[in-house]
Amino acid sequence: MESEISLTVDGVRHDLVVDTRVSLLDALRERLGITSPKKGCDHGQCGTCTVLLDGRRATTCLALAVAHDGADITTSAGLESGGTPHPLHQAFLDHDGFQCGYCTPGQICSAAGMLDEAESGWPSAVTTDLARDPVLDAEEIRERMSGNLCRCGAYVNIVAAISEVAGRRSA
Amino acid sequence: MIPFDYRRPDDIGTAVATVTGNPRAAFLGGGTNLVDHMKLGVAEPELLVDVTGLTSRDIERLPDGGLRVGAGVRNSDLAADPLVRERFPVLAQALLSGASGQLRNLATTGGNLLQRTRCVYFQDVTTPCNKREPGQGCSALEGYHRHHAVLGASRQCVAVHPSDLAVALAALDAVVRVQGPGGERTIPAETLHRLPGEHPERDTVLEHGELITAVDLPGLPFGPRSRYRKARDRASFAFALVSVAAALDVAGGLVRDVRIAFGGLAHKPWRARLAEDALRGRPAAPDEFRAAAEAELADAQPLRDNGFKVPMARNMLVSVLTELSAEDGAA
Repeated sequence: MESEISLTVDGVRHDLVVDTRVSLLDALRERLGITSPKKGCDHGQCGTCTVLLDGRRATTCLALAVAHDGADITTSAGLESGGTPHPLHQAFLDHDGFQCGYCTPGQICSAAGMLDEAESGWPSAVTTDLARDPVLDAEEIRERMSGNLCRCGAYVNIVAAISEVAGRRSA
Repeated sequence: MIPFDYRRPDDIGTAVATVTGNPRAAFLGGGTNLVDHMKLGVAEPELLVDVTGLTSRDIERLPDGGLRVGAGVRNSDLAADPLVRERFPVLAQALLSGASGQLRNLATTGGNLLQRTRCVYFQDVTTPCNKREPGQGCSALEGYHRHHAVLGASRQCVAVHPSDLAVALAALDAVVRVQGPGGERTIPAETLHRLPGEHPERDTVLEHGELITAVDLPGLPFGPRSRYRKARDRASFAFALVSVAAALDVAGGLVRDVRIAFGGLAHKPWRARLAEDALRGRPAAPDEFRAAAEAELADAQPLRDNGFKVPMARNMLVSVLTELSAEDGAA
């Protein structure tokens, strides 16, 4: 079964015909050649396929492309502007927030979405007072980023990178 | 994955009629569990009816101080809602303890309740499982069953229900609103899920084609004094070994009212009515909490490798109730 859909990815609109079985991740990578989001577990557990889907972080491996006709998607590659890296890109470089780099685009998109969520006052499982705006300390960042695995174990530096950007945004 | 057709009807009535008319059709919400099952071969629908644009994404105030949550409200939006955080913290905490940020942004209220067990045998089509294929036998009985049930199980199935949201809803006397081919009906959240008995293939009392449209949270004056605690094998992004949802009303040092439900112990959220009855009118004290927990868990029948769940559930309940009784405003 095939279906016509359109996706806007990093500001560019694409019209394509997909089999209903195609995940959003496979549509991006295999059909559109947009390889910034990576395929890790393909079961929603590792987070390496994370993008900003209509402005929110989301895994793309468990999303059917056909169910997201018309979606506006931003990948890690699309977060740069005019050749300037996004502050999260730069912070990951400055803090060695990766080794092999495979999980990095997902980490970056997840962190970007997470910072917006925290700025909107969303609590997390480690937020003790649900009535107050959360403060993004290391414990909060680790909890909020638990959907992104890093098999190299660069977590300490990932948390440092995100902390720096979070601190600058709240300053 | 087998080929399937995809439809996005214009209204709920058409969606319900479409699924009702095809035994191999399924509703599609956020897809975070169903699409995974389709990849694994656990689910093989030939038609998906997408209801994400149909069911409400609003959280409305009810006159009694409660809330009506549309079935299409995303888990992340429900957990972040200011009224939910203020009136039913146990609900926000339960949601936030489940899945990951990027999954909560996709998962819906209705879909969360209808997610299926994470029993490893259920999810592995190469192993026997009565829930997936009735009559095959249960691999977990003598297999890997640390995560499995200690209450209300049968020889057919020892799986547990994985939803944290459902545990909080059971404790809060929530009511599930359902649209079916015959019209609308309401089901207490506590009875939405069923014990396995001889039919573990049925997780809930819903008939094929019935669609959850909303969940009503009745007003609960002591709802602000509620909490969710979850024990798991890693600090985050894991299913419960045991979880507790509780709300407590204390007056003059006595328990005036209490709501308790456990997760991770049974095929359904386990509303702890024996413990609640044991506590009403009794001193709000740890030894009373402990006796109530033991009364509730007296019939537990652990498997070879999950006996730890019984003292874990008892200790977690004592801990949560002790903390709630010490909160500001407790007299």
